[in-house]
Amino acid sequence: MRSDDTGLLAREPGETSYLTEGTTLRSWLLSTDHKRIAILYAISITGFFFIGGAAATMIRLELFTPQGDFTTADEYNRLFTLHGVIMVWFFLVPSIPATLGNFLLPLMVGAKDVAFPRLNLMSWYLYIIAGIFTLAALLLGGVDTGWTFYTPLSTLYSNSYVLLAAFGIFVVGFSSIATGINFIATVHLLRTKGMTWMRLPLFAWAMYATSLVMVLATPVLAMAMLLICAERLLGLPIFDPRAGGDPVLFQHIFWFYSHPAVYIMILPAMGVVSEIIACEARRRVFGYQFMVYAMLVIAVIGFLVWGHHMFVAGQSPFASMIFSFLSFVIAVPSAIKVFNWTGTLYRGSIRFSAPMLYALGFVGLFTLGGLTGLFLASIPVDVHLSDTYFVVAHFHYIMVGGAVSAFFGGLHFWWPKITGRMYSESFARFAAITLFFGFNFTFFPQFILGYLGMPRRYHEYPPEFQVWNVMSSTGAVVLAIGYLMPLGYFAYSLLNGKRASDNPWEATGLEWTTSSPPPKHNFLEPPVVLTEPYAYHDWDEAPGGADETRQDEPA
Amino acid sequence: MLPEASTLAPAVDRIFWGLVALSVVIMAIVGGLILTFAIKYRRGTKANRGPLPDIMSREVEIGWTVATLFVALFIFWWAAAAQLPHFLLPKKALEIHVVAKQWMWKVQHPEGVREIDALHVPVGVPVKLEMTSQDVIHSFGVPAFRIKQDVLPGRYTSTWFEAKEVGDYHLFCTEYCGTDHARMTGTITVMEPEAYARWLAEQPHGEDLAGEGAQLFTALGCSACHGAQARVPAPSLANLYGSQVVLADGNRVTADEDYLRESIERPEAKVTAGYQSTMPSYQGVASEEQVVALVAYIKSQDGKRSQAR
Amino acid sequence: MSATPILVEPFEEAERQREAMVFGLWLFLATEILFFGGFFFLYAVARMQDPVGFARGAAHANLLLGTVNTILLMTSSATLTIAERAARDGWMRAARWGIVFTLVLGTAFLVVKGFEYREDLAEHLFPAAPDFPFTGETGATRFWSFYWFITLVHAIHLTIGLGCVARLLWLERRGTLARRWMVAEVTTLYWHLVDIVWLLLWPLLYLVGR
Repeated sequence: MRSDDTGLLAREPGETSYLTEGTTLRSWLLSTDHKRIAILYAISITGFFFIGGAAATMIRLELFTPQGDFTTADEYNRLFTLHGVIMVWFFLVPSIPATLGNFLLPLMVGAKDVAFPRLNLMSWYLYIIAGIFTLAALLLGGVDTGWTFYTPLSTLYSNSYVLLAAFGIFVVGFSSIATGINFIATVHLLRTKGMTWMRLPLFAWAMYATSLVMVLATPVLAMAMLLICAERLLGLPIFDPRAGGDPVLFQHIFWFYSHPAVYIMILPAMGVVSEIIACEARRRVFGYQFMVYAMLVIAVIGFLVWGHHMFVAGQSPFASMIFSFLSFVIAVPSAIKVFNWTGTLYRGSIRFSAPMLYALGFVGLFTLGGLTGLFLASIPVDVHLSDTYFVVAHFHYIMVGGAVSAFFGGLHFWWPKITGRMYSESFARFAAITLFFGFNFTFFPQFILGYLGMPRRYHEYPPEFQVWNVMSSTGAVVLAIGYLMPLGYFAYSLLNGKRASDNPWEATGLEWTTSSPPPKHNFLEPPVVLTEPYAYHDWDEAPGGADETRQDEPA
Repeated sequence: MLPEASTLAPAVDRIFWGLVALSVVIMAIVGGLILTFAIKYRRGTKANRGPLPDIMSREVEIGWTVATLFVALFIFWWAAAAQLPHFLLPKKALEIHVVAKQWMWKVQHPEGVREIDALHVPVGVPVKLEMTSQDVIHSFGVPAFRIKQDVLPGRYTSTWFEAKEVGDYHLFCTEYCGTDHARMTGTITVMEPEAYARWLAEQPHGEDLAGEGAQLFTALGCSACHGAQARVPAPSLANLYGSQVVLADGNRVTADEDYLRESIERPEAKVTAGYQSTMPSYQGVASEEQVVALVAYIKSQDGKRSQAR
Repeated sequence: MSATPILVEPFEEAERQREAMVFGLWLFLATEILFFGGFFFLYAVARMQDPVGFARGAAHANLLLGTVNTILLMTSSATLTIAERAARDGWMRAARWGIVFTLVLGTAFLVVKGFEYREDLAEHLFPAAPDFPFTGETGATRFWSFYWFITLVHAIHLTIGLGCVARLLWLERRGTLARRWMVAEVTTLYWHLVDIVWLLLWPLLYLVGR
């Protein structure tokens, strides 16, 4: 290795990777290479993450005091709408699938690319176009309906740029549909020789299950958004109660998408965490088959529980009962996953690297998020808690504590593969721990606020809630700093990081059998799979040195 | 701590704290196991890392799946059973009408007393809220009572409570409703029954709700067709409330508040069998409060056969 | 006899590539079915809540033009299927004419639809119009809202379909269609979906209460 190489694109003479294959801007913007598209997505998603994060910071600053002194009511409403819209559709939904998924899925199944590379590029452009529409709505003055766009507020009463934002979300839906179709076709048709379904890494399974939900739920969102546009633009009365429309119908359509969308955000996280825990505990994933079935069951039942968002919306009590029942049922596969991750640690040989810290943090936070979900599935408790900060805390435990932790964990875990560079392990561990504590500091007090009755989306609140709000806002400052840290050490790693070997974690997946970063077509030779995933050997069986069998090695 | 100020509150809190206990136990198990394993099996220790014992196999997996399912179903049963009685509205209750609009609560007592962003109720009496909205969706939430119900435009929704402690409690609009959502709050004052009676007597009284409706019935021209001396054939409104109405398309509906309201605002939607659809719509003609009063008047036409032909 | 197909990344076998294209398109059709399924759900809710008013509104839909359009679209499905089979078997003349006929029929559908819209507007049958004859009537209003919305969405789908068929013609002119007949196959699948949606819309919009 040359000692004086600096910068990401500096390479050994003669060595090529997907990063050095064409260095013009054009070669990036028109690339159909899934790895480059993953990078394009990663850059744009990071941008949106910090926009959404800035809005969150301002929301928390406003809530330091009970009076509305930092922003006006109207500005506050636009801030939380912006935060929700950006974080849900422009960060969380595409986060893991479009970046790590795009990069890794073809590598993991041993393919040259995804099934439809041009569709993949189009998906990124749709994402960008949608982002422009939504940002335009923001720059012109914002939207004040909340990310849920409830009618008739959004269709008849709001004087903000609902149309632009709704259209942006309509378009971004196509980008997720394109990704979903691509992934399903890739898993079905491009698995390399020997890669049977039950040899797929759990991350690939997670992408598959996620894609099913994306493909089957997103069209309904598209419809909901188009109907809002039609009612605002053309005046076609569909949800307008004055013309016999039904505003609650919108909620049914909206949640038919938006509840499964929660699983679009969390299933990929489950996949990432399964990979990290198995590798860092040097242990076969406990109950691999159960993990697979659990994900598929979650993907299916996820479609049948939307009504638990509407226990107080005036739907029939019988409907509420059924939705409550199904919501309890879906807790079971989630619990199975938690137990299996814990079981994977048993008799392992655990290494506390930064990705592992994120993964362990994920298990804890996801468990608490899931348990508080039981509160909200119980009708009488939900009547008290719905639309309070308890709900806010609950879904942030799942979305931020869960999905974002896993995203960060995955980013660290595959960083050497993606960039060919190592990051600073001690900085990364420090950031992971800061984020864990910052997160709990921010969101745990919100459970208490919610039980005490503080409604969400309140710009001012009665003074007795202040102590918990101050705690939460202070935590948010810690969290914000924590999120800025990786920007620094990742940037440093890109420029000066130590060169990574092909398999720095001694993991078993096919992505680790190729070079870091991988060549343009991923593998020089199409790999042949001979072994199940996660063949980490028991410590005392280790045959002289290597304690893992990669998937392309004989068992 | 949040007061348990209604008869419902203790039941909700029992489940809530039960779930808290369950969560603590599960978090302790999961967290404890992770911590134990993390310490015992950290890299480099001399722990046993051999193959898993036979017991740690499918049976364990199936075992904990079934156990989780059982716990989940138990909580469902527990919560649902606690909720069922609340679904039934009490028969004899103080009926309060609530009209929500951006961004205030308008409340009317059966005796005609009106309040804004405030509600006085007696302790120990079931209170039923009949609610509708003039514009967007709002939600009537009283944390101390553990009740919450969305208030919808174009429809009536109801909920009920029985306060059991005297005091002032927060009323919040909990469904986001636009700019001043956070200011759409109020106070529920629970009083001793005598104090409530005194308070009621001190308030400026309008006509009671049904009486007000009776005046509107003439003023808005309803009596021209539905009144005792009407010449145009229109369905009689006496004893209508709660009865079964046969419609022109052969369907039957129960004449509840929603039906009466719909027939005032969109008369063509459900035409009574044997009548022409000639009634004009009163949407926008009668205000939300006036519709409430009209419905109250129609409901009061019970057993007063004299008014019908 | 079909010609050797052109392979694109990441495929190495023609059969695999065709399988992927058809599979991918079926996945897309699944999303379309859910999309339109949502509308049919709305339709069912609206019609059940006020069947009489719904039929009153539907009585004003132009059955003649609707039926003519149904026939046009059904015929176009047949011509495109012929074109697709011909392209697969290398019978390029038949393929060309099949594509041209499909384009003509599809365009004719849009023209007829345009005339129908003009007539509807002349009768003020647009729910947001100030002189909409059914103002205040729930069922009829919802029928016409649904009518405008779904026919516009369908017309957009059809226009996209026309674009895809036009691309086939372009491929044919360049002489690559024979080796890329899978493109014709997936285009035909999409076109059939647009037709089937119309086949469902025809009774739902034009035959209510007749």
